[in-house]
Amino acid sequence: MRTKRSREFPVTAILVFVVALVGIWISGCSSSGSPATTTTSTPTPVTTPTSNVQSISVTTGPAVASGRLAINSAFTSVTVCVPGSATQCQTISGILVDTGSSGLRVLSSALTVSLPQQTGSGGNPIAECGEFIDSETWGPVQTADISLAGEKASSVPIQVIGSSGFSVPTSCSDLGPVQDDLATLGMNGILGVGNFVQDCGEGCAESGASNVGLYYACPSSGCVVTSEGLAEQVSNPVASFATDNNGVVVELPAVSGTETSVTGSLVFGIGTQSNNGLGSATVYTLNPDTAAFTTTFKGQTLTDASFLDTGSNAIYFLDSASTGLPTCTDLNFWYCPSSTQSFSAVTQGANGATATINFSIANADSLTSNTNDGVAAGLGGPGPGLFDWGLPFFYGRTVYTAIEGTSTPGGDGPYWAY
Amino acid sequence: MVSTKNSFGIMAMAAIVVAVAVLLNPFSTSASLGGDVASIEADRAKMQATLETTSKDLYTIHEIHVPNNVVVREFVSQSGSVFAVAWQGAARPDLRQLLGTYFDSFAKASQAKKSQRAGRGPLVIEQAGLVVEMSGHARSFLGRAYDPRTVPAGVPAAEIR
Repeated sequence: MRTKRSREFPVTAILVFVVALVGIWISGCSSSGSPATTTTSTPTPVTTPTSNVQSISVTTGPAVASGRLAINSAFTSVTVCVPGSATQCQTISGILVDTGSSGLRVLSSALTVSLPQQTGSGGNPIAECGEFIDSETWGPVQTADISLAGEKASSVPIQVIGSSGFSVPTSCSDLGPVQDDLATLGMNGILGVGNFVQDCGEGCAESGASNVGLYYACPSSGCVVTSEGLAEQVSNPVASFATDNNGVVVELPAVSGTETSVTGSLVFGIGTQSNNGLGSATVYTLNPDTAAFTTTFKGQTLTDASFLDTGSNAIYFLDSASTGLPTCTDLNFWYCPSSTQSFSAVTQGANGATATINFSIANADSLTSNTNDGVAAGLGGPGPGLFDWGLPFFYGRTVYTAIEGTSTPGGDGPYWAY
Repeated sequence: MVSTKNSFGIMAMAAIVVAVAVLLNPFSTSASLGGDVASIEADRAKMQATLETTSKDLYTIHEIHVPNNVVVREFVSQSGSVFAVAWQGAARPDLRQLLGTYFDSFAKASQAKKSQRAGRGPLVIEQAGLVVEMSGHARSFLGRAYDPRTVPAGVPAAEIR
């Protein structure tokens, strides 16, 4: 179904053209002043394109009062409704736009509407241990209608993080630190609009030892890992849109140094409307299992260990030994060179397409010293064994994230294009 | 709402219970990092996985293939102790199992990472007695943990993958 959608624009254009021709013909007839006969034309609905542009802002974020200042984090607002309802709705701001994950996750403390709880066999509530780069999110799976710009995804499973009544099982906290409130997560939620349709995929639909183990059934006796079908998993809402559902385009302005904030766009669809065409962008296809490609840096080739990710707030790559960049003494997750260093790396898709990316890494202590700044180009940090092109990569670029199993004018997803 | 602090408090209590259980059970083989070769078999059994062993000059790699597309590598010194573990796959493995007695240090340090300005990226913990690195993205996670004091002389950290 999704694969056909990318062809809607030309079809719509033809329809509009035909309607226009008929209109001219009719007006031509009436201007000839034929008497007696009255032409009664049924009004033909003219399709206006769905509004597909969602505004995003890179700011210090919603957790400043909780003592957390975001940096290089793109936020947006999401409207969630009880499925089928036009009144039981809520617009939640401070939601991180994350092309590195799939599915909407909202802090329970930010959610005021009561969404239906997903249940598994035996009527037990389903919960999830969502896995992220450095942490886990824990909470129940609930169902919502999600509206973004003029687009709507109906009855999509989402995760509600930190919900009372769902205490964290040790099997989740044993995977890493759990972030389940505003002070630890630093945002009201995460909008995962990455390359995958589901957050886990087939691995979580398996049973026994083959199960990746992110989903839990929660009888009153406690939550235990369960297998979760694809349709029930927390999913990328873009894939459920009626139109513009083959991916997203992230557009952010160029930044040098630091800024208080910048605004940009999250555009839905690739090649489906006049505002989301690929233009001169090159397509880099991905390993379909991991949604990763390859980056070569200083002679090290990180095969299938590199990715673009708006949800990472710096360029995280290798380590001090490989980069020659010391980490900051107080913030060991960032680099602190004494002067700004310029680098070059080559990204390569599975299709062989390559791009040379020039980037600079500046001193993170200096970049983050002004507490009003939410934007810092040049922020970098160690990423042992990988090359994570975080939000600074997106400054000054138009980056396309195509969803797996979809078709676009640039070929089938999953891919990135820039 | 369950705060992270509470969950770690519960985990600390759980750790004490586990520690007591270990002391009471002379045949227990829990704990991998810092454990012996037998602890690897305990890990393999728990993960219902297959094991493959590769010998290097200064150590042996025990590679555990979990059916859920996760690979865990445990590095064993010539004296027979696990000095490093590394993982890669669709999800992170049970780090309490893998880090053993080091897990509580890891849990504490991963909380201390929080600061006013926070990274949203790889987690890197560097202490005199424990290095933990974890990173990745959806469906593709990787990481490693080792005790720099027990890594055999002549083994560069870069070999721990």
